[in-house]
Order: sequence, then C-alpha cells, then structure tokens
Amino acid sequence: MKTSRLDGTIVLNLVTAVFILVALYLALIQSPAPANVDTETQRYAQRIIYFHIPHAWVGFLAFLVTFVGSVLYLWKGERRWDILALSSVEVGVAFITATIITGSIWAKPAWNTWWTWDPRLTTSTITWLIYISYLMLRSALDDPARRARFAAVYGIVGFISVPITFFAIRWWRTIHPVLFDASNMGLSPNMRFPFFFSLAAFTLLYLVILIQRVRVEHLADQVARLKASLTSIK
Amino acid sequence: MATIEIRNLSKSFGSHTALRNVDLTISEGEFLTLVGPNGAGKTTLIRIVATLSRPTNGEVWVDGWNLADGAAQVRQRIGFISHQPLLYGDLTAEENLRFYGRMYGLSDLPTRIDEVLQQVGLLARQRDPVRTFSRGMQQRLAIARAILHHPVVLLLDEPYTGLDQQAAAMLDEVMQAVGATSRTVLMTTHDLGRGLVMSQRVAILSAGQLVYQAPRADLDEVSFRQIYRESVTG
Amino acid sequence: MTFLRQVVTIVHKDITAELRTKEMFSSMFVFALLSVVIFNFAFELRVADAATIAPGVLWISVTFAGMLGLNRSFVLEKDQGCLDGLLLAPVDRSAIYFGKMLGNFLFITVVEAIILPIFSALFNVNLIQPWVLAVMLLGTLGFSGVGTLFSAMTVHTRAREVLLPILLFPVVVPALIAAVKLTAGLLDGRALADMTNWMQLLIAFDIIFIAVSYMTFDYVVEE
Repeated sequence: MKTSRLDGTIVLNLVTAVFILVALYLALIQSPAPANVDTETQRYAQRIIYFHIPHAWVGFLAFLVTFVGSVLYLWKGERRWDILALSSVEVGVAFITATIITGSIWAKPAWNTWWTWDPRLTTSTITWLIYISYLMLRSALDDPARRARFAAVYGIVGFISVPITFFAIRWWRTIHPVLFDASNMGLSPNMRFPFFFSLAAFTLLYLVILIQRVRVEHLADQVARLKASLTSIK
Repeated sequence: MATIEIRNLSKSFGSHTALRNVDLTISEGEFLTLVGPNGAGKTTLIRIVATLSRPTNGEVWVDGWNLADGAAQVRQRIGFISHQPLLYGDLTAEENLRFYGRMYGLSDLPTRIDEVLQQVGLLARQRDPVRTFSRGMQQRLAIARAILHHPVVLLLDEPYTGLDQQAAAMLDEVMQAVGATSRTVLMTTHDLGRGLVMSQRVAILSAGQLVYQAPRADLDEVSFRQIYRESVTG
Repeated sequence: MTFLRQVVTIVHKDITAELRTKEMFSSMFVFALLSVVIFNFAFELRVADAATIAPGVLWISVTFAGMLGLNRSFVLEKDQGCLDGLLLAPVDRSAIYFGKMLGNFLFITVVEAIILPIFSALFNVNLIQPWVLAVMLLGTLGFSGVGTLFSAMTVHTRAREVLLPILLFPVVVPALIAAVKLTAGLLDGRALADMTNWMQLLIAFDIIFIAVSYMTFDYVVEE
C-alpha cells in the first residue's frame, strides 16, 4: 500500500518537472517577442507574464483550497481537513510572495518604479498579509484542537474578505491616476499556448508541494502519537 | 434514577489522551469525590460534565438529558464551582448575582439574591466590588452564584485550591448550609483528607482511567491513602 | 425574547463594569487623542492643507483606539474565568456574540463622540454633519463585528495585544477605504448620491461580516 503510494507521487513529480522545464523553455527562450514595448529590457521583463500571472492564479487557488478545507474542518472536525488548509496556506503564501516579487521586477523597467498601487497587486499584498496572519495565529496557539478551529474560522473570514477587498481597491484606483494597467499587457494569440502551459505547469507544482507538505504533517502527527503512547507506558 | 451517568467517556487533545473509556454513575442525591494526581484528567472530566468541553467519544447524561442534544436543559440543572471564581471583579456581589440570575432567566431575582447571600454569609458585603473580597469570600460568593438557579447537580472542581484552613472550613460549612449533601454532587480534589469528609462515595482517576471506586463507609483515611498510593503508582 | 434579554443583560453588565472603572474608555480616549495630536505634528510640516489628510488620520486613530477596547473586552471575561460562567448558562452562543459586539460598538462610539469635536477643532474641518456621523457609525459597526470575533480568538494567545491588529487590519481594509472615501467626499462637499457605491460597499461589508462572525462565533467560543 505504501509503496504504491510512493510510486504514484514519483510519477507526478517527474511529470511536473518535465512540465516546468518545458514551460521555462517556452517562456524564456522560445517565446514570441511582444509587440508594444520599446526597449530591450522591457522586452525581456515582459516575459515575466508567464510567471507572474500564473503564480497569482495558483496562489488564489491555494487559498480557495484553504477555504474549502476550513469549512470542512468546522463541519466534520477531522484533522485531515485542518492539515489540508494549513499546507495549502503555506504553499499559497510562497506563490503570492513570488507574485509580488515578479510584479515588482516587472514594474521597474516598464514604469521605472518598484511598486505600483495597481488593484491586483495591492489585493495580492493584502491577501498575502491575511495568510501570514493565519500562520501567526496558528503559531500563537498551543492546543491543537483550538488551533485548528481558530485557524479554520480565520481562513473562512479571510477568504471572504479577498473579493470584497479587490472591489474596494479597484474602485479606489479608478479615481486616482493609475500608473499602469496590467490588462494592457494583453495576450496575443501566439502567447496563449506558452501562457496556459506555464499555468498548467505551476498548478502541477502546487499539487506536488501540497502533497508533500500534507504528508509531512501526517507523519508529524504519527510521531507525536507514538511519542505519547511510549511515554505513557507504566 | 441516576442523575449523572458517564458512559465510555474519552477525550483526546491532539495526540494526548486525557480520558480513556471512563464509566461512572452518580446516583441521585449522592456526593462523590473524585481524587487523583495532577494531570489525571479530573478537571477535563468535570468540565465535560459541565458542558464546557465536548467529549471525543462516549456519552454523558445529566438528570435524563444527554449532553450532546440537551445542552441547554443540562445547563439549567447544574451549578459549577471551579478554582476560579467566575465572578466579575469590578461588579458588586449583588450585581454579579443579578447578572447571572438574568442569564438563567430567574424570576423574583431580588428575593433570591438576598436568600443565597444570606446562606453563604455575605449579605453584609453585597454592595462591595468583588475584587475587594478575599479568596475565601470569593469562593463563597461563587457558591452563591452556582446555586442561584436551584440546580439539582453541583460540580466542584478543586474548590479548596488557594484556601487556608480557616477558609476551607468555612467553605465546608457553607456547602452544608446550601444543602450540598442533599443534592447530587461531583467534586474533584487532590486533597485526600478533605475528599473523604463530605462524600458518600470516592473514586480514583489516574492517567485518564478510573482505577478505583468504593463507598466512603468502607474506608478510613489511612486505608484510603494506602489504596491511593497503590492505584496511582502501580 | 429571552435572546434579546440576554443580549441586553450582557451589554448592561459591560457598561456597568466600565462605568465603575472607566479603564477601557480612558485608555481608548487618551490613545485616540494622542494619535490625533501626533499625526497633526507629523504631517503639518509637510502637508499644506490639513483637511486633505484629516479623514485618513481620523480613521487610523479610531481603529487603533478601537483595538484597545476590543482587547480589553474579552480579557475581562477570560480573567476570572468569567467566559466559562457565560458558557455555563443556558445562553445561545450568538447572544454572547451580539452582547459583546454591541458593547464594543457602544464604547468605541462614545470615544468617537468625544474625539470628533476635538478633531474638528485641531484639523479645522467640520465633522459634525449627519452623513459623516452615519459613516462613522457604519464603519465602527463593521469593525466591531469582525473585531469581536477575532478578539475572542486572540484572548487565548500569549501575544494577544499584538495579534489582534495583525489579524484584523487586512480584513477590514475594504471598510476602512470606504469609510475614508466617504468621509473625505462629504467633507469636500460632495453629495452622497455621487458616492453610493462606497456606501453600498460599507453596508455590504457590515452585513456580510457580522453574518459570518455570528455564524462562526460558536466554534471560537466552544471547546
């Protein structure tokens, strides 16, 4: 039983590795030159689109998974949903961090500023803050049942706030002058395949890391159980 | 008809099992003292019966009501005294009792408040803020709070903690005065001497398991200490 | 109607206790006042027109002061095990939520009532207008709604004073933006009809988050 499970994920890991390598090749080497940019730097920087946006989407997918896991945990009370929620937050935070950093890297050569208050970037940052807070909440609680319950509640409230925050910031930005609008970076037809391929590759990467993280947490639980049963033998 | 029935009760906190398949029945009007070392699970057990905590497994019935679906009815029937007074320090004794009285939906509250204050010997201090009370006085007021709504069951969790000899003796007196001996009572303590004085039955909890039960009449303090030592370390 | 009576009893209890010590109120008020004064000095050197930053400063001061109150509210319950006392009673857990929430809302509103005239004088803006007051109330309502839920959680942690702002701020951002926008617009003399989308956002925020908090409060408070 265990051996076949190990085999299953090895296949997934290999497939993901291949996907990522191909995506990197498509994005960095083979990708078509973008039409509406002026300098050499901007042309290369624009390739970030193959990373930046997929990272954002996968990050939000991760938080959706956390939301589902949180709801299921409160409903059923089973530890595995808590593990799913927690693991997905950690991976999600990594992806959103990458989103923010790539966004910043893109902004500098294109608009000569490290940061812009673009609605999507701002929402991503606030979302990032919410899930960092999630992790901080967990680390501040010792009782495992309470930790799981509170984290689940925060996971639910936090997730619900994301779309509301997005709209609020979007309306806010339409009044102030906007430095750039990412939607101008439209996807021309010959960019679509590398983009969606990249998206698929990073979604697979998310799954791979998530599965491993969930496993680690289950193993940690097992260790704790073994420890408890050993120390209570009279 | 048995008033407190605990069937196959288990409680785990993560990987730590605090209670293991506990079966205990306390008959109507009986006073049972549960003793055990620190960490045995006494507080966990009594908090479950008090509806402050949910069991992982098993069932508890109080006065014919199952905790799982009749929690509100159970709450109406139990009075709980812990080592914390559960009183608001900034409010007067009278205000505290009025608050709890309203929460329990009691009618003719002023009369009832005077009654219980009289019983615990605190009528003269009714307009003083509780934070000016000594520990012993707070505990007496806690008893007043606990019996305000005429509960048929009293649950006492280590009530003598922090009390000196005098205060403890006074507590005993007060418990007699409020008819503790005619209600159904479950008391936990790690003070073996006190444990025997008022009870009709004793039980020993060790490492989450019930290891001994006997009617009080069969024991004296010496033999009980012997049995305790053996049950807990053996 | 026992539900309503229990909610009122809890609010009444909190008010009675607070009137006696005035601890929460005084710390909130002093903090808000200090923030306003410090901001005034901090910005005066760089901003020509104080009225521009007034809405932002006002709401920041109110939120930080509000956090103090939210924290205290549950610390008092946890302190002598009083939360257990509440849970032992045959009380619907959501009655406890609404009781604490309304108490928090009231305390923060009272602090605002006193701060607003002072603020108006210091920043030379007129905040005592009906719609501005309405916005203050709506913003405070949403803030108290989620804040009560979160403070019920953070009271169990070691670093409770620090953790509450960390949990609360990212989530109340939409309400904060809407409140500042509305306050600024009203001070500029714009008609409310121009800003209906912000008003709708604020009201929607309040409804959604009070509903979610009310539904999940049980899980936070029960073991």
